Amino acid sequence: MDAPSTPIPSGIEGALDVTPQTRPRATYLEVLHDWIVTVDHKKIGLLYIGFALIFMVVAGLEAMAIRIQLAVPHNSFLDARSYNRMFTMHGTTMVFLVGMPILFGFGNYLVPLMIGARDMAFPRLNAFSFWVSAFAGIFLYFSFIGGLGLAGAGTAPDIAWFAYAPLTERPFSPGHNVDYWALALLASGIGSIGTAINILATVFCMRCPGMTLSRIPLLAWIYATVSFLVLVAVSPLTAAQVMLLIDRYLGGHFFDTQAGGSAILWAHFFWIFGHPEVYVLVLPAFGFANEIIPVFSRKAIFGYPAMVAATVGIAFISLGVWAHHMFTIGMTSFGNTFFTLSTMLVSIPTGIKTFNWLATMWGGKLRFATPMLFSVGFLFQWVIAGLTGIMLSVSPWNWQLHNSYFVVAHFHYVLVGAILFMIFAAFYYWYPKMTGRMLSERLGKWHFWLMIVGFHLTFDVMHIPGLLGMPRQIYTYEPDRGWTLLNQIVTFGAVIQAVAMAIFVYNLVHSYFAGKAAGPDPWDAWTLEWSTPSPPPAYNFPVDPVVASRRPLWDLKHPEDPDSAFE
Amino acid sequence: MSTIPLQHESLAATWRLPSRGRIGMASLIVAESAIFTIFVVAYIYYMGRDVSGPKPHDVLEVPVFGTICLLSSSFFIWLAEHAIAHGNMRSFRIWWAITFLLGAIFLGTTAQEWHKLITVDHLTVSTNLFGTTYYSLVGLHATHVAVGLILLLTVLLFALAGKVQTRHSERVQVLALYWHFVDAVWVVVFTLVYLVSR
Amino acid sequence: MLWNVARSCCLSCAALLVWPHWPGNIFSTSSTPAREVHGLSLFILVITGGIFIGVASLLVFALVRFRHRAGDMTEPPQVFGSTQIELAWTIIPILLIIVLFLGTARVIFAVQDAPKPASALDVTVIGHQFWWEFRYPKYNVVTANELHVPLSDPQAPTPTFLKLTSADVMHSFWIPRLAGKTDVLPNRVNEMWVDPHEPGLFLGQCAQFCGTQHAKMLLRVYVDSPQDFQRWIAQQQRAQQSGTPDPAPSPQGPNLGNDNPAAGVPPNTPPTRGEIAAQLKESSDAITPEQGRRVFEEQACMNCHTISGTAANGRFGPDLTHLMSRATIASGIVPNTPENLRIWITTPDELKPGSLMPAMHLNDLQNAQLVAYLTTLR
Repeated sequence: MDAPSTPIPSGIEGALDVTPQTRPRATYLEVLHDWIVTVDHKKIGLLYIGFALIFMVVAGLEAMAIRIQLAVPHNSFLDARSYNRMFTMHGTTMVFLVGMPILFGFGNYLVPLMIGARDMAFPRLNAFSFWVSAFAGIFLYFSFIGGLGLAGAGTAPDIAWFAYAPLTERPFSPGHNVDYWALALLASGIGSIGTAINILATVFCMRCPGMTLSRIPLLAWIYATVSFLVLVAVSPLTAAQVMLLIDRYLGGHFFDTQAGGSAILWAHFFWIFGHPEVYVLVLPAFGFANEIIPVFSRKAIFGYPAMVAATVGIAFISLGVWAHHMFTIGMTSFGNTFFTLSTMLVSIPTGIKTFNWLATMWGGKLRFATPMLFSVGFLFQWVIAGLTGIMLSVSPWNWQLHNSYFVVAHFHYVLVGAILFMIFAAFYYWYPKMTGRMLSERLGKWHFWLMIVGFHLTFDVMHIPGLLGMPRQIYTYEPDRGWTLLNQIVTFGAVIQAVAMAIFVYNLVHSYFAGKAAGPDPWDAWTLEWSTPSPPPAYNFPVDPVVASRRPLWDLKHPEDPDSAFE
Repeated sequence: MSTIPLQHESLAATWRLPSRGRIGMASLIVAESAIFTIFVVAYIYYMGRDVSGPKPHDVLEVPVFGTICLLSSSFFIWLAEHAIAHGNMRSFRIWWAITFLLGAIFLGTTAQEWHKLITVDHLTVSTNLFGTTYYSLVGLHATHVAVGLILLLTVLLFALAGKVQTRHSERVQVLALYWHFVDAVWVVVFTLVYLVSR
Repeated sequence: MLWNVARSCCLSCAALLVWPHWPGNIFSTSSTPAREVHGLSLFILVITGGIFIGVASLLVFALVRFRHRAGDMTEPPQVFGSTQIELAWTIIPILLIIVLFLGTARVIFAVQDAPKPASALDVTVIGHQFWWEFRYPKYNVVTANELHVPLSDPQAPTPTFLKLTSADVMHSFWIPRLAGKTDVLPNRVNEMWVDPHEPGLFLGQCAQFCGTQHAKMLLRVYVDSPQDFQRWIAQQQRAQQSGTPDPAPSPQGPNLGNDNPAAGVPPNTPPTRGEIAAQLKESSDAITPEQGRRVFEEQACMNCHTISGTAANGRFGPDLTHLMSRATIASGIVPNTPENLRIWITTPDELKPGSLMPAMHLNDLQNAQLVAYLTTLR
């Protein structure tokens, strides 16, 4: 049996690849031009990731401003309007300009490599989608200086990320703040739908010979499912934005309650998008876990068919749970009962996934490199987030918890504790493939432990003010409510997380220049992307690879015990 | 390398995957259906909730002629698909032109209807909930027809220039898929707006 | 990491035990719907806590037991799945969910479909940007921001049924210790009820983002003994006297002043410096309630506020008929003192930037007169 440290056979690209890997050094202008006109899925993936990282820093700074403001009651660090802008922009940015782009970025980069394709199905659509999304981000942030005035008098949206009607209608939001929000989300939605179409076509039509649907890596299955969810969930948001713009610009009455329109209709439309959106974000995180946990446990994923079924099951159930965001809006007892049940059903497929990861680790030989550390953190936090999710699905309890800091803590547990942790794991795992250099393990460990401490200080404690009656989206609070100390702890935890983030960004930049050379397969992994050089050439594979199992590189490394014998 | 069993070499030759054009268009149609569903739901939700007129019953006339044109265009585009698949380029051009013409006539009847509603009945987007939902739903569909017409016209011009060949058959079919979808949506919109709510 | 989790769990429990009477603690209930929710939530907490302990111990065991040992170069045996085991962890969660769901459904129906007894009190709650209006249709009482409800005797319950609607955007009515929240929507009436078993003051606030001052849309509910409640109702039913026979001209009189553009006067400071006000100059310098009432009626105050028994019947702002019977002003954000009233009238933005009450740009004398008048509205 091969020793893990042995460099693997250079594999499927074989000796046929005689293309020179070095080119004459290009000027900066040429490099820039190359990145702007590129249709290479890897470069577009990196553009997505870079774009998302920039906005992650921006939205992180907004979060810090929010936390500073809440550190003491009656604080005057931000005034009411600025604070409302901060949390609106923080939420909108994190979901639409960080979460979706970064996950699409990894998808763009990894899906073709993993299924043995040379590019996405529609490379030019891919570039179009990215640039539309990038435009949406820049457009949204232009609102800080644009609109009715320049700096200081800008009109950033201050309507909360779910923008409930009729607050978004002309009489209550004159000016252009809502227009910036709606148009930016419209553009970003078009970009997302374009990428979703592209990923679906890629997974179904671009697989290399032998890569049947029962052999594609789970990550590819997950991206196909996510893309389907984007098609059926982001489109309603796009439609709702069009309606909102018709209201605001043409005098329509969709959500104009003064002319008989309905506030509830917007809530329905938004959450028909909003809840599947959570799964659009969290499923790729599951996908990363599906790739990373087996490699660092040295075992094949436990129950591949069940994992696929659970993924598709989550997607379908998630389309029928949206109104659990609306238990307090005045639904009938029957409606509340139905959505309680459908929401609880989500825990069955997610439970299957959790236990399958556990079973993958069971009996393995766990190596705690940084990607695995973050994956273990993800597992713990995902279990807790799922359990608080069950608490919130209990509609009578939800009447108390809804729109309180308990909810804020719950969804940050999902978005940070699960998704962001897996994104970090993915960075440590695939950065060597993308750049050819390893990220520093020492800095990675610092990053991980600071992140864990900061995360739990912030978001464990944040549940409690919710239980003590603190609603979300308030720019200040009364000192007599017993929330002060808790908020100070939360703010302190946020500072620790900010330090961890700074270490991470430093690690990304520093390792690019000074990291250890990675080689094609630093983690001794099994999927096709590790058979290419790091970074892979523009064409990925000089000849189409041919596979016979779910783990083609395992078959190569273990000819005496190939997976193909069992499938 | 040497460990790759030989059987795979033969597999590579027989490896077939679905056409990405069709999958891509099918995905687009899923997304578009979701958008139309939301507008249809809004229309149904606000049906009959208006306190002030004009009401659908007072102002809408069933656009029989336009509907016949649009729905029959689906048949002619199918004939065109058939013709190009069999290399019959002359009949392809004829059927394709007829499809385009029928679509254009449909768009014309919609324009005429809107003109009447605005100038005679004084119904605009901002008049009442009916106006808002009617113009957005029918307008969304008309926008799709217009986009389809531009694409049809592009193909028609290429075809007249003799640049469309049998080998483009699949691309033409993908476009036809979109056109069929636009027609199918009209069946829903027509039933809802002109039959159910009127 | 586990240590973190354990610590934070302990911390939460400690928080809820050490501070049982913080104003918004949802585990310290004193009314029926909140109490039923409380019972249910403990049930859910126990089950989810059990699940967490089970899964976390398995995970910790795996992390410790299956670590890679230094020098071990072999790969572990490859296991691809097991139908029995996977079925087990599909079916057990299904059973757990059935239990959780049945327990939940019972409470949903018990709370939402509770019959309304004949002895129930009806109150209409109207949410405004950024304050609350309360109407007692049976008693013909209108008040703002401070809701009074009677204590309910479990033997002969007198619950309060609230009908909630909004005058502008969405709000949400939430008093954690009495009941869960119910959204307040324009163009729609929602219903909820409370059956309080403990007298006292209960705090809450708007729980649905409703605009700039969402954070300062506070809510105070007084649970009064039945006698106190009747006394309060009787007091609220009194109209204010319309004052001494008024030497000032008829209500349309002040508008004449608008036509007299006095230099340096802001546009919405119309009549007092006009001709008619000038005629009354000798008496208008006095800081008396009567002068204050005149300012109130001659300025735009009465366009937005009602004081029953006077000409003021605006509906846009809170009813001020019994302003001094309330402990706070501006939706619960500051105590109702003459000084705070003066600040509020002069510069509302100082207390609540973005509130819809405009600064009226009155002079100091007028402000003092207004405060003198408002403090008589008992």
